[in-house]
Amino acid sequence: MNLNFTAVEQAFRDEVRAFVNSNLPDATRAKVLNGVRIPKEELSGWHQILHRHGWGAPNWPREFGGTGWGPIEQFIFEEECAAAGAPALLPFGLKMVGPVIIAFGNARQKERFLPRIASAQDWWCQGYSEPGAGSDLASLKTSAIRSGDHYLVNGQKTWITLAQHADWIFCLVRSDPAAKQQSGISFLLIDMKSPGVTVRPIATMGGHHEVNEVWFEAVRVPVENRVGEENKGWTYAKFLLGLERTNIAAVGTAKRELLRLKRIASLERKHGKPLIQDPYFAARVALVEIELMALEITNLRVLSAESERRAPGTEASLLKIRGSELQQAISELMMQALGPGALSLQQGTIPSEGAREQLVPPYPQPLAATYCNLRKTSIYAGSNEIQKNIIAHAILGR
Amino acid sequence: MDFNLTKEQQMLTEMLQRFGAKEYSFENRRKILQSTDGLSREVWSTLAQMGLLSLQVPEEHGGMGAAGIETMLTMQAMGRALVLEPYLESAILATVLIRDLGSSAQKKALLPALAAGELIAIPAHVERGSRYDLARVHTSAVRRGDGYVLNGGKTLVVHAGAADLLVVSARTDGKIDDEAGISLFAIERSAKGISLESYPTLDGRRAADVTFREVQVPSEALLGPLGGAYPALVQAWDLGIAALSAEAVGALETIFQLTVEYTKTRKQFDVPISRFQALQHRMVDMLIHVEQAKSMAYLAAMRSSEGDPVARGRAISAAKVRIGQACRSVGQEAVQLHGGMGVTEELSVSHYFKRLTAIELSFGDTEHHLEKFARSRDPALS
Repeated sequence: MNLNFTAVEQAFRDEVRAFVNSNLPDATRAKVLNGVRIPKEELSGWHQILHRHGWGAPNWPREFGGTGWGPIEQFIFEEECAAAGAPALLPFGLKMVGPVIIAFGNARQKERFLPRIASAQDWWCQGYSEPGAGSDLASLKTSAIRSGDHYLVNGQKTWITLAQHADWIFCLVRSDPAAKQQSGISFLLIDMKSPGVTVRPIATMGGHHEVNEVWFEAVRVPVENRVGEENKGWTYAKFLLGLERTNIAAVGTAKRELLRLKRIASLERKHGKPLIQDPYFAARVALVEIELMALEITNLRVLSAESERRAPGTEASLLKIRGSELQQAISELMMQALGPGALSLQQGTIPSEGAREQLVPPYPQPLAATYCNLRKTSIYAGSNEIQKNIIAHAILGR
Repeated sequence: MDFNLTKEQQMLTEMLQRFGAKEYSFENRRKILQSTDGLSREVWSTLAQMGLLSLQVPEEHGGMGAAGIETMLTMQAMGRALVLEPYLESAILATVLIRDLGSSAQKKALLPALAAGELIAIPAHVERGSRYDLARVHTSAVRRGDGYVLNGGKTLVVHAGAADLLVVSARTDGKIDDEAGISLFAIERSAKGISLESYPTLDGRRAADVTFREVQVPSEALLGPLGGAYPALVQAWDLGIAALSAEAVGALETIFQLTVEYTKTRKQFDVPISRFQALQHRMVDMLIHVEQAKSMAYLAAMRSSEGDPVARGRAISAAKVRIGQACRSVGQEAVQLHGGMGVTEELSVSHYFKRLTAIELSFGDTEHHLEKFARSRDPALS
């Protein structure tokens, strides 16, 4: 047992750090370090830079254009990217539909879709939730009726992150209305440019345009765009659920944001002294930092078990619960660090080259808006209560 | 990055499991708990035969010279079995102090005897009112003739009654809170002028207030540099906290499993109470505590022997905070989920609860280490 990274792992970290530092555009870095949302072009641009270096699909096997990295290398990569202020790559293609196509897609689908994901040519979004199917996802109603070599898709999906930019959406649809809930679902890849697809923005309290409704009205989807077997979509969705372990806890991002919190708390004053010296505030920061230290090791324990191909358990749920709670706790403390100053939604300017972070208000992205935005983390991707049900089922049985 | 055990470590784990299942079954432990001395010399010999008393002893003195991982595995087993004997106090703290500070004559005389289980040595450091401040030493040692004379009092000296030797801290110089001026002395417990007032502690152990009245010791009793014992004391305490963290993990894992099993068999409203979501989510919260605590026990074990006291102290304090939270929370929830049975002496859950409560309060409670961690400088913040 050794908690230190090996010399090989350390060399890999150095390599990633050097590459990111010399190739990440300053404008992008400044936005990330200031919590500002990254425009589509900049995110795709960074992904393309990685792709040109052969790192376009960090979590895929080599034969599909991936890096072939193991879980620990992926973890180091994500940690270094986050620390340097690189934006997190869009998960919908790389971490969600990509692995499903790799595991269950046919040769044609692999050839057609995978290279365009790795090279950031296609922007994917995820069509799971519906107005009536949230935590009870299997009750989804969007229908896909077979008609010759097409499905006719009708229904409404909701909470679709960044669908406004998407070229493609992967959807769970009901292909057999007579079957029991889980067994009548298929996994379809739908071109967002298909006639009958409408995207409507949902305004959220943080003031960002992030999520959307996506409506399907008599959308014709070729049968060749179904992944795997008809009515087996739920199996593929479940496969996807437990897949992400390297970054589900967002440890790298949390470490970066914790450092930012400390810097802000060093500049803010309470009773004329730096807030970070206030014992009560410092203790609250310390509690978050300690929880994060523990979560990082828990995450590495999980990944180390995974690299030895020990059977995956409910670790993803544990990591998701604690990771989301930590992201929220850090943003809450950042907001509180400003005290009444957090009430102002005045936006500052993004700092220019050289000055990567703006450490005095008004911040380019008001901290209270981020606090509002991050309420989503304990709700999305299976609410934390659903995650607890998953763990409870595993340890207690039904 | 490697979380695997070596073959030897796996064998150690298996041996420890057999010990917990046989020699230290809950029934056997109950007998020890109710005995006059509150510990078993037989068990102590068994621990010696298993080689566990020599983990901290260098090979040249007949020991194993083992690393943090073996200590961690051993302490996890102590936690699972709720061992009452002063393993942490004698086989780790006192042994480490003698190993790190002793002259070659002292080491030669004491370490093999400690490893063989022929000698129980207990640190006597904490004083009334010193709380968790290691430097707050009032007991004095004054030079007289060829030796020293000690006056003062120590409190909560675990199993002082069973000790052959006390490792006593005393001030030879400086003011009450000074780090400099603290010396350690290895003193036979039967020395003239030492008196004990013994009492049980919450977790079923025995402890004593030890009074030193004009206790004369020869200069050979001095352990380490005169007035310069503090850094070694801190280092030994950090090692002790890492060991205690591992013990906590053993107890936490066990009390969690006991709770899961209990809710699966206990029926109310015609169903096992494990079916109730209100209880399920509480058990998931317990599991998260256990896993996070385990991660921090790993961290503590890995960092406990690090030379830089600041980096080491940050990791140790962080571990004690996180594990203290888990001890408090998981212990309370385990009792709650056992219902009325949880508060009885009959079930082991209450015994685990009490030990976990004691661990949280020992070697710096959660608040003490939280304050210490919060005050320390983050090396990442340049």
